[in-house]
Amino acid sequence: MPSNPRGVFSLIIINKAGGLIYQREFQSGLRNLSTNDYLVLAGTFHGVHAITRSITPKIPIAQPAPSTTSTGTAAPAASGYSYPNPGVPVSGLDYLETDKFRLTCFQTLTGTKFLLFTDPLTGGVDAIIQRIYELYADYVMKNPFYQIEMPVRCEAFDRHLGAWLRGRT
Amino acid sequence: MAAPHRHATMQSMSNGGISSGSDRPQQHSQLSQQSPGLRVPSNRKTIYDRHLNRTRTAELSRASFAFLFGEMVTYAQRRVTGIQDLEKRLNEQGYPLGLRLLDLLFYRSTSTSSSALSSSSTSSSPPNRPLRIITLLHLIHGPLWRLLFGRAADALEHSVSPDTPNEYMITDNDPMVNTYVSAPRDMSMLNCAAYVAGIIEGVCDGCGFETKVSAHNQPTELWPSRTVFLVRFGDPVMEREKVLERAGVK
Repeated sequence: MPSNPRGVFSLIIINKAGGLIYQREFQSGLRNLSTNDYLVLAGTFHGVHAITRSITPKIPIAQPAPSTTSTGTAAPAASGYSYPNPGVPVSGLDYLETDKFRLTCFQTLTGTKFLLFTDPLTGGVDAIIQRIYELYADYVMKNPFYQIEMPVRCEAFDRHLGAWLRGRT
Repeated sequence: MAAPHRHATMQSMSNGGISSGSDRPQQHSQLSQQSPGLRVPSNRKTIYDRHLNRTRTAELSRASFAFLFGEMVTYAQRRVTGIQDLEKRLNEQGYPLGLRLLDLLFYRSTSTSSSALSSSSTSSSPPNRPLRIITLLHLIHGPLWRLLFGRAADALEHSVSPDTPNEYMITDNDPMVNTYVSAPRDMSMLNCAAYVAGIIEGVCDGCGFETKVSAHNQPTELWPSRTVFLVRFGDPVMEREKVLERAGVK
């Protein structure tokens, strides 16, 4: 497979209990972790995500102030932004960026997390994740043979995901 | 042997529907003085008051169908012994639908061809019920497929083998029911379009053609979920076909 012009490296889907349910690379020749490491990565990320959500500063006026992001410089937590509307639920870690890659996390309303590893220069990551979520809702959730919270083994999902990412330039 | 059994299951289904509905007319009896079990909307228009052609061009949500069909598959999957058993159950779910669709199909095809509607249906020529196999298969390939899926099927073939002159094949490159279904690897032989095969079987039986229809996966590079519906007519049908051919009936 030629290198993806969109710079999408790989995708991980984590269920609401923190278990790895899907993992796929979109470029050949990427150094692979072992299956066990991927499971650990998913579980760890799930924990860190929960921590970032719970350390969101709460101030008595119910108007969250900009946080100091005292934890790690590499992970500017989403809790650092002030919410104009206190009714908006607190989100956890939204993205994590280094010089070499960017990890975008999208959490659905039901708690499933989509982790997308991209090139830091890749634009429109939100749109890509949204489309992946759409494909997931179509080809995984509508599949009568998929058991909820279990690893995703849906041939139609794999096919459409690959075709869509390859088709986008 | 299969036919009485099937009608028996249909009967039990309709009975179940009525009995479950009659549990709670007490709450509604003051609101609507209707027969128990049948709840009538406030404007007194039930589904039976609607004109049959009202939903003719109506569109259905593909997503809700996908979820409904998914539940049907899950339901059929309970207590099955194997893939063939599962396909048989799906087939049986489609069969009564085919029997009923046939009437709707004839009704709609006659009401459009002649401006005279149901009031003069007794005097006008009866709907041209297919008598020959080819006419029936064209009815399935074209009008039935358009009624169900909004497009005609992709191919209609006759078996080339001289041993099986009673076998016909209807091909759908991308069956709508299978759009979101991906069978697990250990059930790769399964094709959930067995439901559609059941519909075809119902239509053929309703026309008086004894048939067995099965759905088979025949994926190609371009069409990964291409499905072939194998239609096998019974011996009496083939015998009659020969007689009709000699008599020159079309």
